Amino acid sequence: MSKKKGISRRNFIKGVGTGVVGSYVVVPALNNKAAKNLSDNEELQLKEGWQVLSLKVNGKKIITKVKPNTLLVDLLRNELQLTGTKVVCNQGECGGCTIILDGKPVYSCQMLALDANGKEVTTIEGLLLGEELHPLQQAFVDEDGLQCGFCTPGQIMAAYGLLLKYPDPTDEQILNGMSGNLCRCAAYPKIIKSVKAAASRIK
Amino acid sequence: MPQKIVKSKIIFEGEIVETIGEVSTEEYERWGANENLKVVGKPVSRIDGYDKVSGSAVYTFDKILQRMVYARTLRSPLPHAKIKRIDISKALKVNGILDVITFQNTEDIDWYWNSSKLFDPHLRYQGDEIACAAAETAELAEQALKLIEVDYDELPFAVNTKKALESDPEKLTGFKKPDLFTYDRGDFSKGISESDESVEDTFTTPVVIHNPTEVHCSTVAWDGGKLTVWDSTQAIFSVRNAVADSLKININDVRVIKKYMGGGFGSKLEAGKYTVMAALLARRLGRPVKIYLDRREMNLAVGNRPDSHQTLKVWGKRDGTITAMSYKSFGAVGAYPQGAAANWPFRTMYKCPNIKVEDQNVFINAGRARAFRAPGHVQGVFALDSIIDDFAYKIGMDPIDLRLKNYAEVDQVFNVPYTSKLLKEAYSAGAQAINWDLRNKIPGSGNGVIKRGIGMASQIWWGGGGPPAHAMLKLERGGYLTVISGTQDIGTGTYTILAQVAAEILEIPMEKIEVILGDTGVGPYAPSSGGSQTIASVAPAVRDASEKMKSKLISAAAAIMEIPEDKIKYNNGEIESIEDPAKKLSIADILKELREESLLMNGSREANPDGYTTNSFGAQFADVSVDTETGKITVNKIAAAHDIGRPMNQKTLENQFHGGILQGLSYALMEERVIDESTGQVVNLNMHDYKIPTVKDVPKIEIIIVSKSDDLVNNVGAKGIGEPAIIPTAGAIANAVYNAIGVRIKSLPITPDKVLNAIYKFN
Repeated sequence: MSKKKGISRRNFIKGVGTGVVGSYVVVPALNNKAAKNLSDNEELQLKEGWQVLSLKVNGKKIITKVKPNTLLVDLLRNELQLTGTKVVCNQGECGGCTIILDGKPVYSCQMLALDANGKEVTTIEGLLLGEELHPLQQAFVDEDGLQCGFCTPGQIMAAYGLLLKYPDPTDEQILNGMSGNLCRCAAYPKIIKSVKAAASRIK
Repeated sequence: MPQKIVKSKIIFEGEIVETIGEVSTEEYERWGANENLKVVGKPVSRIDGYDKVSGSAVYTFDKILQRMVYARTLRSPLPHAKIKRIDISKALKVNGILDVITFQNTEDIDWYWNSSKLFDPHLRYQGDEIACAAAETAELAEQALKLIEVDYDELPFAVNTKKALESDPEKLTGFKKPDLFTYDRGDFSKGISESDESVEDTFTTPVVIHNPTEVHCSTVAWDGGKLTVWDSTQAIFSVRNAVADSLKININDVRVIKKYMGGGFGSKLEAGKYTVMAALLARRLGRPVKIYLDRREMNLAVGNRPDSHQTLKVWGKRDGTITAMSYKSFGAVGAYPQGAAANWPFRTMYKCPNIKVEDQNVFINAGRARAFRAPGHVQGVFALDSIIDDFAYKIGMDPIDLRLKNYAEVDQVFNVPYTSKLLKEAYSAGAQAINWDLRNKIPGSGNGVIKRGIGMASQIWWGGGGPPAHAMLKLERGGYLTVISGTQDIGTGTYTILAQVAAEILEIPMEKIEVILGDTGVGPYAPSSGGSQTIASVAPAVRDASEKMKSKLISAAAAIMEIPEDKIKYNNGEIESIEDPAKKLSIADILKELREESLLMNGSREANPDGYTTNSFGAQFADVSVDTETGKITVNKIAAAHDIGRPMNQKTLENQFHGGILQGLSYALMEERVIDESTGQVVNLNMHDYKIPTVKDVPKIEIIIVSKSDDLVNNVGAKGIGEPAIIPTAGAIANAVYNAIGVRIKSLPITPDKVLNAIYKFN
């Protein structure tokens, strides 16, 4: 499973400046401070090397400016207020922040927001149709695939990614697909049941 | 209305607590088995399921307020030191930093039962709080913390419990050595003289960390002199009281809210320093503050299951009668006062007239212990059931037969009967589920590289709950019901079960019932969510309120239909004339006629029955395979047979058992906080190095509930299940490993290196 794509330690991420994050669009306007009458906030953004970022989140196009070291999960939670995505370990160990990036589950705490530039993100909120639950979400309710519910969005997004790849997963594929998501309540037996029920309903 | 104030005893997390509180004196007809019921006991889906799967559930960690700022904490990097100098001037120059608080610029606030302060310049463990910074973002606050200059006087420390026990405790923490706990029963030397055989051994268990998925956090906001605290807590009233006391403000000026919480397991049963620090910062700044810990801090500073070093000796006759037992243990409470005792099961589980107990709490320079899912019992049962098995094998007796031979019919500490005890039934159901007869009659006698073994252990816990616990009902136009109580759902299913109880009595569909918990500003008092007491305390209060609401509806129907009350009955959610069943009103019909459009009712938990102890009981059986070449242990199956009174909801019950069993499994095989003894530094501060189970570690689990209801304990017949589920798992696995390889591993976690060393030494 390709979840760990793009992984680097958070502390490393925090330490790097714009120079290292090579592949992003540099906005020319920001590089010309003197020509503009900049507000304090804009000046700070310029100093910190903020970049324009364009991505699709839950089907909606978002264009925003971020500090280069902003994590994808922080963009989602703090800027877009999509707090369904959780931070649990914040270093790529638990899967609590799992989202779908261009069809694959990834740990959003292990990615820079800028790494999602031009890409498509789906979060737990994006599975809903209006107020209606996705069949996968409904399966987690029906099979009680949760207790405290805090790891649940990550579990469901991991399952969503799994079912995209294997619509009819074997037991082994389920175990492998879900093994990157920790649940301290250990609702695992019912998480497995939920994924199985969802697979057969969606089929 | 039949209510009165009484004094009663409840046992909470092993402490006997005497409480005075209001109780209901109504006696209700018992429900019988779940087969007679419509909603209670059924596999009803969680009513908060939608919020949790949709991402719309707002946990404290998700709480965002206008103008909110973030706070982070600077913690001691050293296991023991005094702050010589602290300088926050550089930190205050960070762009976006708003404030930094330390012991120098805040008032003294007592903490840890007045043994320390909120900010104490005497740092007693790696993780002790030094300063707290607030900034526009969490990142800026963290940046500021790095610029705080601290000079330390480093002091001698001990992180090894045994070494600490042999050192001068006042040099390690400044605290006196805790008193030795002792307990004696019967005539010990007589017991020994009656015996034919004895076994003795020492068992050790590690410090383990709760690691709930939601970190400890609070969001606080002042509104003039009033403070609202959103807190990730298992105990809203404890937090309210502690915060009000710390800030020296009125209790009714503090409102604590917790709607959803990402796990606690005991680590969130008391107010955290962080909440008070956030409140101080918020007051100084005039802005709401969100404070949270990170995973590293979670592994240092918010509690743990203490370790234990238990030496047990059992004397008995060749027929299996145990005549005397002795227990001597010590365990580390960490750097501040707390309990680490593990001797309760030893005193009560098996019948023995002559026993001796000594238990010593030890201060070490490491994070303080806290209640952790069945505190003491998990450690205690592992040691007790290991030595009991040793005695069984020594005299050549079936381990279950030995337990039956020494079956305790009454509570031996209080010398009173149990409200119910179906442990024999649990033994027989569990043994059947695991194929007990397939165990090695001689441990280790199996052939091949992979050796299979079967073992079991028993469970005892309290969890009968008690007063005071209150609930309010609000029945509104259309027949919609709101259940309100000051307890909290920590993921165990409390919201759903309380709705089920109201639905059962009032025959209102579940979809029409709303439950509001976890808000001190709204709910009447109900207990903290610990000790497996929530449902056994609060569900009876909801029943009481619902039954009384039913009477109120009958009286309303009498007024509307102009028929005497005794000629009216409640039938299937409708109120009808006994003489003419065609004359009837739905709840909605009644409420439409009422001027106030709603009916209110309070209910309370009844007193606990006099002259009894309430305990839950059970036994778990493990089937394991041990690879004798790699030392790897695979748990094939756990069969869990328990007497927990009435099962209230089949789905949430199974989930609780799965969770308890898997946490017990990882306690047996994986988890351990490791500290480098030369530096005092914890080395596994994340979820990668600190092992917890994944979906791949799940064995086959069979859950058998041997009880229908405990009719004496309360009006719904329920006992708690959260803690019973974890208690016997590690003991059962340890006994199964012994049964497989024929050599006992006496120290948890049973990791492959220990297995290989044990086999090597044995051969």
